[in-house]
Amino acid sequence: MPDARNPDTAPRIGVYVCHCGTNIAGTVDVHSLTEYAAKLPNVAVSREYKYMCSDPGQELIRQDIRDHNLNRIVVASCSPLMHEPTFRGALARAGINAFFLQMVNIREHVSWVHTNKADATTKAKDLVRAAVRRVGLHKPLEKRRVEINPNVLVVGGGIAGIHAALTVANSGKHVHLVERQPTIGGHMALFDKTFPTLDCAACILTPKMTAVGSHPNITLWTYAEVAAVKGYVGNYKVKVRHKPRYIIEDLCIGCQECVEACVYKEGRWADEFNLGLSKRKPIYLPFPQAVPQKVLIDPEACIEFKSHKCKKTCIEACGERKAIDFQQKETIEEIEVGSIILATGFKTFDAHRNAYYGYGVHPNVYTALEVERLVNASGPTGGEIVLRNGAKPKMVGIIHCVGSRDQNTNRWCSKVCCMYSLKLAHLIRERIGAEVYNFYIDMRTPGKGYEEFYDRLLDEGVHFVRGRVAEVTDWPIHPSEEGKLIIRAEDTLAGFVRRIPVDMVVLSTGLEPQADARDVRRMFNISCSEEGWFLERHPKLAPVSTFTDGVFIAGACQGPKDIPDSVAQAGAAAAEAMALADAKYVELEPYTAHVLEDACSGCKTCLTICPYTAISFIEESKKARVNEVLCKGCGTCVATCPTGSIEQNLFEDQEIFEEVEGLLAYA
Amino acid sequence: MPNTRSIPGNGHRSGEVPEPRIVGFFCTWCTYLAADLAGTSRIKYAPNVRVVRVMCSGRIDPQFVLDAFANGADGVLIGGCHPGDCHYQEGNYNCLRRARLLKQVLEQLGIEEDRFRVEWISAAEGDRVRVVINDMVEKLRALGPLQMQRENALVSIAPVEQALQEVCV
Repeated sequence: MPDARNPDTAPRIGVYVCHCGTNIAGTVDVHSLTEYAAKLPNVAVSREYKYMCSDPGQELIRQDIRDHNLNRIVVASCSPLMHEPTFRGALARAGINAFFLQMVNIREHVSWVHTNKADATTKAKDLVRAAVRRVGLHKPLEKRRVEINPNVLVVGGGIAGIHAALTVANSGKHVHLVERQPTIGGHMALFDKTFPTLDCAACILTPKMTAVGSHPNITLWTYAEVAAVKGYVGNYKVKVRHKPRYIIEDLCIGCQECVEACVYKEGRWADEFNLGLSKRKPIYLPFPQAVPQKVLIDPEACIEFKSHKCKKTCIEACGERKAIDFQQKETIEEIEVGSIILATGFKTFDAHRNAYYGYGVHPNVYTALEVERLVNASGPTGGEIVLRNGAKPKMVGIIHCVGSRDQNTNRWCSKVCCMYSLKLAHLIRERIGAEVYNFYIDMRTPGKGYEEFYDRLLDEGVHFVRGRVAEVTDWPIHPSEEGKLIIRAEDTLAGFVRRIPVDMVVLSTGLEPQADARDVRRMFNISCSEEGWFLERHPKLAPVSTFTDGVFIAGACQGPKDIPDSVAQAGAAAAEAMALADAKYVELEPYTAHVLEDACSGCKTCLTICPYTAISFIEESKKARVNEVLCKGCGTCVATCPTGSIEQNLFEDQEIFEEVEGLLAYA
Repeated sequence: MPNTRSIPGNGHRSGEVPEPRIVGFFCTWCTYLAADLAGTSRIKYAPNVRVVRVMCSGRIDPQFVLDAFANGADGVLIGGCHPGDCHYQEGNYNCLRRARLLKQVLEQLGIEEDRFRVEWISAAEGDRVRVVINDMVEKLRALGPLQMQRENALVSIAPVEQALQEVCV
């Protein structure tokens, strides 16, 4: 009797058809599929079960492998990207090679996308037939083990990146935190208070920023960007481009005497941190609590860069410290890490795009982020809520969903705007006693203490008008509207159109993916949703993982979210990176290519085509050789080899031919 | 439209027009995922495509396509990542180069242009799977079954496969 555990003997195949409750069984005739499979050549057992992935389902396979000496398994269920590891594990536990498995996707590719039961069943039969023919050719394979570098790269120094970096660093692993702005802090550093508890953003954020700056396990790279990423899980080589600050960071102590001494006595350039609401000098500290506390020079503004004729009072002021270096150049350094956490955040919707709200036309139309700066004690007005002409507004209109829930711009709900609008309404009412009108589509306040906060605002006398605002105009039709901005909106609860004259309009702009999210995604080899948010591996069960092993995502780069959610995700991503590092080694899929040396003609065609330079030419034998550590298993060289002398594990020519012919075979 | 026409070899009666049979070669990272997304989004499309999963569209040997035609496929659909988005950097460009050459060969074999299609469908484009497949099925229905005797086809394609093997690099 042939040994079933010897792959050279004739295959004895077990076929397992999953009902997936009614997900599959509702559209595919699973009984007829099971009976059909039983009659296919080399099939020894064919069974159906309600949930193959469950423990009893897997046990069914293991029992049959033992009882019927099965040596090949076909599971017709969901996508292999979902449960292939599950069933490979079942095979391995039953003592046969995990790669003697072929999955047939009869859920995502059949039952969920077709309605006609006969057609769906026919398609399922074709797919099962192909798998049965293919699986007979599967060879035993072993996963490769590679060591993991415990260092972690965190990209983005907003609250998500900060929290992830601190969590990983506290576990004793080394973290490289790369931030492209001259300071960490991100959007949260711009806020005055956080909803719904109204705790001061700076009070809870700046201690964490300082902790990052002084943590022995964190290397902080500000004013830096990731330029290139190479390698694979556990062994990434990352190039970091360090932009010149024209300040030697190690020597600068953040005293700002140079800023005082600058030949410009007043600021003349838009202050990025205050969103242009104030001015800064050519040499400046991004904001008082910036981490690191290092100034930088804007070469676009500095006279020395333009004319080389500046008196350089800054150098004089710096004196013995000699921290200013006008010759500083961009540097690129390479770091090695085992895993990467992307926390690159979001940008706010450009309010100019909704021209009918008059942003950029009427000076008293602000974005919510600008108002965050106005209400902030460290902001351009020292926390005074005043218009551009210095007057205090008596009436304020807050327009929700600008660039959210809008077919013309972004369809998604930005999730945070209702709550931050309520927060701003509260702060404005509290500080200056103005009448505040909120114009909303729906109030969305799910979250701990959020609905209660909304209730509180109702009690505080803030007005709510349900209806999308049609336009903001400065054309009065009544004396009471003179010199005011008039918000025109349909009040859908009262059932008529209202004109509400106000002094200040606040646009609650939505959240969007970063402008260069797609470039970042390419660099790290992950996917984006259609909108540009980074795509998680599974929306529910792998929310911070990506399809690239060792690359995790956290915070608003994955989708709009508030601070608590960003922090929670950052913690989850940190845990994933730490788990990976603590495992010490990782198993890589064995889909690599190898050269059949006897057949190789030494033409070197494959050498040029490999994107990973994994193929080298052995001069002595005049043959090509694949370095399996570098090979990522795309198989392009296999299709390219003119003599057919390269094979790819699990995707061998013969296996694919067999699958194609199986699909088309006349039943 | 109810699918009354059955697939050749699966019991279609004479006089009925057989439904086109399409073999899809989808890359794991983009188009296969897009087809999975179409599934989880419950997007409905024509049941004529049978998908073979490969790691990268760069893995698709022109012989796979010829093999599919030789074995009775009425169409072949290749799905890969958008240019510049390849999970393996540039496998899809290699796929495209081979496909261009292959198109000329297919033309000489008398296989109509619409029967062989290369589409870039990203992991986020579940609905594009529906659009492409339905469109291809419509075009193949209009063309009718591939007019190649199975036996003859194998004879005529075999030397071409051999020739392609030598030039397709």
